[in-house]
Amino acid sequence: MEYEPVIGLEVHAELLTQSKVFCACSTKFGAPPNQHTCPVCLGMPGSLPVLNRRVVEFAIRAGLATGCQIARYSRWARKNYFYPDLPKGYQISQYELPLCLGGAVEIEVDGASKRVRLTRIHMEEDTGKNIHDAHGDASLVDFNRCGVPLLEIVSEPDIRSAQEASAYLRKLRIILQYLEICDGNMEEGSFRCDANVSIRPLGAATLGTKVEIKNMNSFRAVERAVDYEIKRQREVLDGGGRLVQETRLWDPDREVTRSMRTKEFADDYRYFPEPDLLPLEVSDDWVAEVRRTLPELPDTRRQRFVREFGLPQYDAEVLTQRKDVSDYYEAAVRQYRNPKALSNWIMGDLLRLIRERKLDTALVIHDWPVAPERLAAMVELIDSGEISGKIAKAVFDEMVATGKTAVQIVSEQGLTQISDEGTILAAIEQVIAANADKVAQYRAGKDKLFGFFVGQVMKATQGKANPQKLSELLRAKLDA
Amino acid sequence: MDLTTLTIDEAAALLARRQISSIELTSAVMDRIRSSEAWVHSFITVTEEVALERARAADERRARGEAGVLLGIPVGIKDVILTKGIRTTAGSKILGQFIAPYNATVTERLLQAGAVCVGKTNCDEFAMGSSTENSGFMITRNPWDLERVPGGSSGGSASAVAARQCLGTLGTDTGGSIRQPAACCGVVGIKPTYGRVSRYGVVAYASSLDQVGPMANNVAGCAHLLAAIAGHDPRDSTSVNRCVPDYAAQLDAGIKGLRVGIPREYFVEGMQPEVEKAVRAAVSTLEKLGAQVSEVSLPHTDYAVPTYYVIATAEASSNLARYDGIKYGLRQDAESLLTMYQRTRATGFGSEVKRRIMLGTYVLSAGYYDAYYLKAQKVRTLIRRDFADVFATQDVIVTPTAPTTAFRIGEKTSDPLQMYLSDIFTISINLAGLPGISLPCGFDAQGLPIGLQIVGRPFEEETVLRAAYAYEQATEWHERRVSGF
Repeated sequence: MEYEPVIGLEVHAELLTQSKVFCACSTKFGAPPNQHTCPVCLGMPGSLPVLNRRVVEFAIRAGLATGCQIARYSRWARKNYFYPDLPKGYQISQYELPLCLGGAVEIEVDGASKRVRLTRIHMEEDTGKNIHDAHGDASLVDFNRCGVPLLEIVSEPDIRSAQEASAYLRKLRIILQYLEICDGNMEEGSFRCDANVSIRPLGAATLGTKVEIKNMNSFRAVERAVDYEIKRQREVLDGGGRLVQETRLWDPDREVTRSMRTKEFADDYRYFPEPDLLPLEVSDDWVAEVRRTLPELPDTRRQRFVREFGLPQYDAEVLTQRKDVSDYYEAAVRQYRNPKALSNWIMGDLLRLIRERKLDTALVIHDWPVAPERLAAMVELIDSGEISGKIAKAVFDEMVATGKTAVQIVSEQGLTQISDEGTILAAIEQVIAANADKVAQYRAGKDKLFGFFVGQVMKATQGKANPQKLSELLRAKLDA
Repeated sequence: MDLTTLTIDEAAALLARRQISSIELTSAVMDRIRSSEAWVHSFITVTEEVALERARAADERRARGEAGVLLGIPVGIKDVILTKGIRTTAGSKILGQFIAPYNATVTERLLQAGAVCVGKTNCDEFAMGSSTENSGFMITRNPWDLERVPGGSSGGSASAVAARQCLGTLGTDTGGSIRQPAACCGVVGIKPTYGRVSRYGVVAYASSLDQVGPMANNVAGCAHLLAAIAGHDPRDSTSVNRCVPDYAAQLDAGIKGLRVGIPREYFVEGMQPEVEKAVRAAVSTLEKLGAQVSEVSLPHTDYAVPTYYVIATAEASSNLARYDGIKYGLRQDAESLLTMYQRTRATGFGSEVKRRIMLGTYVLSAGYYDAYYLKAQKVRTLIRRDFADVFATQDVIVTPTAPTTAFRIGEKTSDPLQMYLSDIFTISINLAGLPGISLPCGFDAQGLPIGLQIVGRPFEEETVLRAAYAYEQATEWHERRVSGF
């Protein structure tokens, strides 16, 4: 039988606030265990939560950027369960009245675009981390992460394939990164995803039995796990079996999902309104203020790059993957308007360097190897014929290494392109004289030798000869 | 002169005139604790060394020119309130060795005012109870009759004041836990409006109902203590940012024209006749003092106890989840995590706490939430509305504090429902978040104190205190002191 997969994703995004959601402890990753803790995030008797306003602001940003309605009145709730990494025995979250409702994320798969609707976005606190096998038989708990603010972003079951799931996640991540509210690091766990997967006969209106998949730590893992699960469910149904509603864990080593618990053993979280916090009221003014500070979002920016700078779709796509890169590009184009040449330099040499130096692990790159204005000035030197494209590669490397401007480097090292015909001709004649045998072969029809002569002349001019002029003059001379 | 018989005002006056020092006063109180504690058992922890040190510090502050009514006054603090560096048990074995890592806001404020903490008073485990018999450590006895309970849950706080073991105490009140023991022990105790006093650093029982308040041997003493602890605290989101009036300064303004409502639902079948008689007599006294008395109705009164036991237990089941053996407090090691949880909580919690955790877990469970928790919240709104309606035409409401005087130790332990009815007149006031005071208004034939409850509008503690003060000045009940041991 033909089946249609139905997939909904739940994303947990750690917010980049300085302090935790209900206390003043730092949210910094990587400190020694239990350094960033206080009576509140340790769940000491008598401690009480106090809401960090920035968290709400960040959540409103996310809501507005995805077209959600921002609830003017929402509520905190307690989600009750026992686990060592949850010091209060409950997680403060939002339940029946979340902050953001509705909204959607636009994705593109195989050239077709699609809207994945959002059910809701709500705020909650992260848990600590249990550490096993570090101390004999005992397990240890690190509460540094406990109380770090999270957004839970829940999609409608609008996704139909692993590819779409991955496209949705990538898009969501880029949006959060543009908003500068989440660094999107899946390996460090600051951007996590659970998937609800079911399948149904093609054309059926009702949903099949839903399976929740956890423990997917990369985009690839999400794609592999969803694909695996669709296949597994199809095999169960085709084999005449029945699916059970359950939670399954992705095993990245064996590339299978494994049952963790079935519905009968699912926790009853006993949600109820958190009595230690007041209902959250958000004013129209506040929402308007946050809206004013929203950056241009990746889709809009990509379309504008095509329209305004005449860039190919591909270039615009690459340049708008990161807000900092697209900001860089705009700064460069503002300095010197050759949009395509600048795009080539950024997509090629600059981004390669960024990747090599792992500068892209930061949410926002501040220490660019070359300032955008300086890159633009270098491209201007090429366009004016001052240096050749080939020389420019060397100049670029030198700019990165020394921090000098292109003009400085060109004048200090005498790299100015030779366009004077007399000088180039002199070099050509010198090469022809020294290679009489090769000249004869060329004239006898061995065209390939032309490249050899170009190389020799370039060598004679330390690579500074204007390549176009060189080519014209050389051909005239040889063919004469 | 026996310094332990002093009121806070009297002691403050003597200290201000340098006729006594805080060291002398605190030492006298310590002597009294030593001679009486073997009978009364008010304290889980007595902090003599710290107290004398603080008394000395208070004397030094005064020598440097500092003043203040509470500077150098010995007080007791209920053991659900955190005191940094001092064991804080909440009356539970599960926190039997727990040293508080920080001070509650109310502790901090008392220390700033110069009060001297002499010890941590006994209470029902996690403040769950009406007799202090649920303490994990000891049974506190009523100083008026050692065979009887002091009330609860702040029983130790009430008995300590009645037995002159300190001049004032802090208690907490979730369903009557300050007012009912105050009534049982013949002292004055006020539960402030929800949000008036910070809950930060107070071991939570039912977060939407808990409130800290003072107890003392007269109304003025309560007014001074309340002024010290009240006011906004940025660490408690439910504390309200409203200025705190000078309660003591307005006490003697009189009650001429004060409109006093007497709810007919608060004089019920089965209450002790002497209690009703004493309260009716007190109402006449108020009338003589110029109050306009009228009968009023609070129609949803009957639903208060069941509503309370749904909401309070629901919140408690969640609040007490943190006592899991992982981070602090008791742990019973076991081979698996689940068994460790089970053993720790089975050993650490007493039976009343377990009963309430189970009740609360049940009412929040999937499939039952709407029928119990949600319904209870709706009834709570109706109860609150009852009071708002009455307060549209009345300034205060006067009722008995409890249906009976102090009962015998063991009398109600086997029947939780009977025990729950001890709070029948106090519970609604917590559900509505209102301020309420209890003060002595007579004695029964056995010589046991009877309590009068005066309830006010939200944040009108000064009216409640003024009415109580007027009554107190017109009567002599508060001058009667425990004798013997």
